[in-house]
Amino acid sequence: MEITLAELMPGKTGTVVRIMGGFGFRRRVEGMGIREGARVKKISSQPFCGPVIVEVNRSCIALGRGIASRIIVEV
Amino acid sequence: MKILLMGNPNVGKSVIFSRLTGSNVIASNYPGTTIEFTKGKLRLYGKEAELIDVPGVYSLEPISKAEEVAVEMLKEGDVIINVVDATHLERNLYLTLQLLESGKPMVVALNMWDEAKHNGISIDIEKLEKLLGIPVVPTVAISGEGIKNLVERIKEAKRGAKKKRSDEERWNEILKIIKEVQTIEHRHHTILERLSDASLSPISGIIIAIGVLFLTFEVIRFIGEGLISYIFDPIFEHYLAVVTKLSNHLGEGILHDILIGELINGEIDFLQSMGLLTTGLYVPFAMVLPYVFSFYLALGFLEDFGYLPRVAVLVDGMLHKLGLHGSAVIPMLLAMGCNVPGALATRILETNRQRFIAATLMSVCIPCMAQLAIITSLVGRFGGMGLSIVFTTLFITWVLLGILLNKVLAGESPEIFLEVPPYRMPYYKALLKKLWMMVSGFIKDASPFVLLGVAIVNLLYTLGIIEIIGDLASPLIVGLLGLPKQAVGALVIGFLRKDVAVGMLFPLNLSFKQSVVASVVLAMYFPCVATFVVLLRELGVRDLIKASCIMITAAMLVGGLLNFILGIGGLP
Repeated sequence: MEITLAELMPGKTGTVVRIMGGFGFRRRVEGMGIREGARVKKISSQPFCGPVIVEVNRSCIALGRGIASRIIVEV
Repeated sequence: MKILLMGNPNVGKSVIFSRLTGSNVIASNYPGTTIEFTKGKLRLYGKEAELIDVPGVYSLEPISKAEEVAVEMLKEGDVIINVVDATHLERNLYLTLQLLESGKPMVVALNMWDEAKHNGISIDIEKLEKLLGIPVVPTVAISGEGIKNLVERIKEAKRGAKKKRSDEERWNEILKIIKEVQTIEHRHHTILERLSDASLSPISGIIIAIGVLFLTFEVIRFIGEGLISYIFDPIFEHYLAVVTKLSNHLGEGILHDILIGELINGEIDFLQSMGLLTTGLYVPFAMVLPYVFSFYLALGFLEDFGYLPRVAVLVDGMLHKLGLHGSAVIPMLLAMGCNVPGALATRILETNRQRFIAATLMSVCIPCMAQLAIITSLVGRFGGMGLSIVFTTLFITWVLLGILLNKVLAGESPEIFLEVPPYRMPYYKALLKKLWMMVSGFIKDASPFVLLGVAIVNLLYTLGIIEIIGDLASPLIVGLLGLPKQAVGALVIGFLRKDVAVGMLFPLNLSFKQSVVASVVLAMYFPCVATFVVLLRELGVRDLIKASCIMITAAMLVGGLLNFILGIGGLP
């Protein structure tokens, strides 16, 4: 099933299948290690539309909801 | 020769820079602390070379300002030292490959080597050297391990094959390299990692944040008060005897007025006398310095431990309502020590709009330690009630003004996108060095202004200028704010130094209401001149004028309202 990174439940892991956005956006996201094929584990989501926190390649990354909802993962 | 230090954000470039050049650069566990580049000199095989600390970037595509700077600098460099975080080799290698494609001679410093070992990551250095075709030197910048070796091997720097690869080719190459050189031992989560997860989850995160905030506040107070009662007060007691002798020796006259100031009931009063050698020394050293010291000690610990990015994540949602995002807590927190480093730190925000909002909110609503210390003694005379009114008013104004600015200013705030570094036990030497830089910065920057402020107070009073301004401004000061006419002197001096200004209110015998209103107005109406100069540089003339209008309007509005409300409440 394909869902966005924002929708992924805390504690669950997914594989990135698509990053929706322009060249600059993709570059920024990929630079942090979130690229197609990467295994991403959701750590938590902050309340009130706060950022989501994920672990990828042993790095912990905080990204805004808008950014997270443009990253599609397969679970 | 020009040597460039390049690498991802938060891999320790700045620490390696200070190791190589022996200069003072602050290490911090927060990504993106270096935005402008720093230059330094180092001796290399008997010759002098220039070393440039380039802002951290993930790639060489000019997406953000940091990358634009990095790409621009790359053209000028002769040799590159690519600093790589050994604990995140895979991600870091992307930039390494791109740099190799530039065809410049290069060396890799494989930094945080100790942490990688600690985390069960082993990297085959020889193989990595062979695959990349350039020297790879393991380093631990924070303790200095491997730095000598790094310098030795700069001369072995080699060029990479100058060929352009596509994105996919690069990642495939990286996967190949990682497979060959890196082995990761599986191990259980450490206590620090569990603590990290707990401080990022919504409920336990908030509980931990409140605990940390409370504890930090207590530690700052404990150390500050300790320093005052065991070190500074005893010193000034002895000093009092010295200046009293001097005062008797000088007798009455203009020199006595300037150096010693006015005698209160025939004796020197360090708070009220307003002389250069009395109030001018007592305020910055005995009242403010102890708190500046304890504040930056506590904040430095939190910063090096890696707690601040977690705070940024926790408050991100709320700060979005004010047109900012989580990273804005860094300038706000720093400003509580002194607004100058706070204003400088607004650079970590991406857009001009965010920087403007952050700088304005900070100048209006965040009192610095100097002000806090004096407000505490001025308003604290009446008990805790007045202090809570002052701080609640500032906080509410901060929120409302932020919401207002967010609505009025065009544009929206970008989203937070930040690597949260692991918790690390602070390295005490780095912590002390940073503390020393902050404290000596305060002494160097603040004390001349305090002395100048006290001198100008005396001059303005002697010449009767304060009287004239007081008469002119009396509808505002007396009518709107309910303060005595003489308080205008404090407002004039407040531009120079906020602590001296609040100190000038002591002799006026203000009532409870007046003390509260005056403290709030002084905190809000204008930043001190040192902050003002920094803001001018950071915002430019036009935005600074805009910000200043907001400050003055906010101060008068809030001060007037507070005067009105407290008056209705029947407070004198």
